[in-house]
Amino acid sequence: MSQTLTPVKPNRPWKLTPKQILPDLLGALFTVCATLAIVAISPLKGKLGFVLTLIVMAIITATVVSWVRRDRKAAMNSTTTVLVYIAAAFVIVPLISVLYEIVRLGTVGFSFGIFTDDMAETSSESPLSEGGLLHAVIGTAYIVTFATLLSTPIGILTALYIVEVKGRFAGLVRFFVQAMSGVPSIVAGLFIFAVWMIQLGNAYSGIAGGFALTVLMIPTVARTSEEVLKLIPQDLREAGLALGATQWRTVAMVIVPAARSGLVTAIILGVARVVGETAPLLLTIGGADAINLNPTQGNMSAFPYYVWKNLLIGNENSISRAWLGVFVLMILVLIIFTLARYFSAARGSKR
Amino acid sequence: MSTPDGTIPNKDREDSMSQITGKPSTTNQGRGAQTPSVATHSLSDVASARRAKVGQPAVGSTGLEAKSIHAWFGKKHVLEDISMDFFSGTVTALIGPSGCGKSTFIRILNRMHEFIPTAALAGQVLLDGKDVYEPGVDVTKIRLRVGMVFQKPNPFPSMTIKENVLSGLKLAQIKIENADELLESCLRRAGLWDEVKDRLNEYGGALSGGQQQRLCIARSLAVNPQVLLMDEPCSALDPGSTLRIEETIRELSASMSIVIVTHNMQQAARVSDYTGFFLSDGGPGRLIESGTTADIFTNPKEKKTEDYVSGRFG
Repeated sequence: MSQTLTPVKPNRPWKLTPKQILPDLLGALFTVCATLAIVAISPLKGKLGFVLTLIVMAIITATVVSWVRRDRKAAMNSTTTVLVYIAAAFVIVPLISVLYEIVRLGTVGFSFGIFTDDMAETSSESPLSEGGLLHAVIGTAYIVTFATLLSTPIGILTALYIVEVKGRFAGLVRFFVQAMSGVPSIVAGLFIFAVWMIQLGNAYSGIAGGFALTVLMIPTVARTSEEVLKLIPQDLREAGLALGATQWRTVAMVIVPAARSGLVTAIILGVARVVGETAPLLLTIGGADAINLNPTQGNMSAFPYYVWKNLLIGNENSISRAWLGVFVLMILVLIIFTLARYFSAARGSKR
Repeated sequence: MSTPDGTIPNKDREDSMSQITGKPSTTNQGRGAQTPSVATHSLSDVASARRAKVGQPAVGSTGLEAKSIHAWFGKKHVLEDISMDFFSGTVTALIGPSGCGKSTFIRILNRMHEFIPTAALAGQVLLDGKDVYEPGVDVTKIRLRVGMVFQKPNPFPSMTIKENVLSGLKLAQIKIENADELLESCLRRAGLWDEVKDRLNEYGGALSGGQQQRLCIARSLAVNPQVLLMDEPCSALDPGSTLRIEETIRELSASMSIVIVTHNMQQAARVSDYTGFFLSDGGPGRLIESGTTADIFTNPKEKKTEDYVSGRFG
C-alpha cells in the first residue's frame, strides 16, 4: 500500500547539474573570445591562424580551469580529452567537407535519365540532360563481379590455409598476403598488362580489368577473413573434432557457418576496396563511351574511368559529369557498406 | 532402429529412458540410498553412502585402459607414468590441483592431445584391448567411441538446438532414418528434453549456461559413444545446473563409462565410483593414488591424498 503513494521516478544522479556545466561553458566562451582577440592583435591572420590559435587556447583553457578547480590529475585528464576531441575533428571535418562538395557538385546534373543512356552519341560539351553513364554502370558491374567471383574463393581459402590448416607455408603465405595488400594499385594494373595483354596477346577487355582488381582484392578478402576466422573460439574446433569429424567437415560445417557473417563482410569490404580503383583499369580496360555488353572483348568503361576522362576533357559540362560520376560511385559504395553492416548485424542477432 | 549396430544400445537406451522420464526419483534403484546422505557435509560419508559398482564391470567390453602414459609439451614433462583402468559402466573422477595434468590426461584418452603442436606422448591407451595410438588407426572412429564434454559449454552457434544434437552424425557422415527419435532420446538422457521440446528450432546460444552444457552432453550422446570424457563440465555453472548434470551423469553411467575431471570434491564423492588423485610437485604430474571413491575419501593410503581430500592441502 504505502509504496504506491509515492511513485519512484527514474533519475540520473550522475548527470552534470547546470551549476557544473556553467564553468565549462564559460571556459569555451573565453577560449573563443581570447582566440578572436589574439588573432585581431597578432600577425596571425586568416582561417588557418584562427584554427591553430583556437586549438592552443582550448588546451590551455581546459587545463587551467581543471587545475584551478580540482588538481593536477584532473588537469592532465582535461588536456588529453581536448587532444582526443581535436584529433577526432581532424578526421571528421575533412570527411564532411569532401562529402559536402561531392553532393553539392555531383547533384547538379543528376537525373534518372543518366541510367538509361551512354556517351556514344553525346559530345562532351552538350548539356547535362543529354547522354548518361549506363556504360560505366555496366562496365563496373562486370569488372567488379568478375573480380569478386575470382577473389572470394581464393581469399577465403587462403585465410583457411593460414588459420585452420596451419600448413608449413602458412607464415610465408601470410607474409605475401600482407605484402600484396601494400602493392600500389597501378602495379596490379601493370602486372595484368604485362602478363595477360603483352605476353598472352589479349586486347583491352572487361575481364582484363577484372583480373587487375582481383590482384588487389585478394589480400583484402584474405586478411579480413583471417581476422574473422581467428575470432572463432578454439572450443568450437575441438568440439567438432571430438565428435569424430575430419578437419574438412569441421571447417565446412562448424567454422565457416559460425564465421559466415564475418566472411560476408570480408567480401563486401573487398568490393568496396576495388570499386573505385582507377589506375589498374586505365591500363587494362581501354575505356569506351558506348555500352559494351561483352566483358571478354572490346574496350570497356567503368566509373573511375568515366570520372577520369571527363575531368581530362576539362570543359564545364564534362567536369560536372565527372562530379556526377563521383557522386553515383559514392552512393554505390554507401549501399555496399550498408549491406555489409546489415548482413553482419542481422545474422549476429539471430543467435 | 534400422542401423544394425545401433539397434541394441538404442533399445536399452529407450528402456532406461522411459524409466527416467516416468519416475525420475526411482531410477537406478541400487543407488537410491545415496539421496539422503547428500545432505551431510562429510565427504567420506557422501562417498561411502554411494553403492559403488566396484568389481562389476559390464559384460562384453573391457572398457578403456591407460598404460604408463607420459606426456610432454615441448621439453616440459607434464605427466609421468600414469596407468589407470576405466571399467565399463562406471564413473571415474580425476581430482587434483590445477596444473597437475588431469585435463591433459583425459585429452590423451581420445587423442585430442595431438592438436597442441608441441605435444609429445609415450605409453598406450587401450580401447577394448586395442591401442588407439597404433599407426593406421582411424582417429575419427576413436573420437566417435570416446566422446568429450568441455569445460565451457560450446554449442555450435550456427546451428539450432536440433541441429546441434544431430551434428555429430552429420559431421561424421553417419546416415540414420529415425533422426527425431534419436533427437528426443538424446535430449531426454541429457535431462534437457522437457525444457527445449517446444523450441528445437531455436539457436543453441539462446539457452542458459547449464542448458547449453546439457545440450553439449546430448550432442556427444547422439553418436552413441562407449566412453564419455568430461573436462570440468560444471565449473562454469551454478549449483542448480550442476546438480542437474550430476543426475544426468548418474543416469548415463548405466550405459557407458564416464571419466570426469573436477575440482569439486563434493562432486567427485557424489558421482563417481572410482577416483584418481593427481598431483604435481613442480615437476610432471603423477597419479598419487587411485581406487574406489569410498576408499579415497574415507581411507586413503597416501598422506598427500588425505591432506588434499580433507582440505588441509598446501
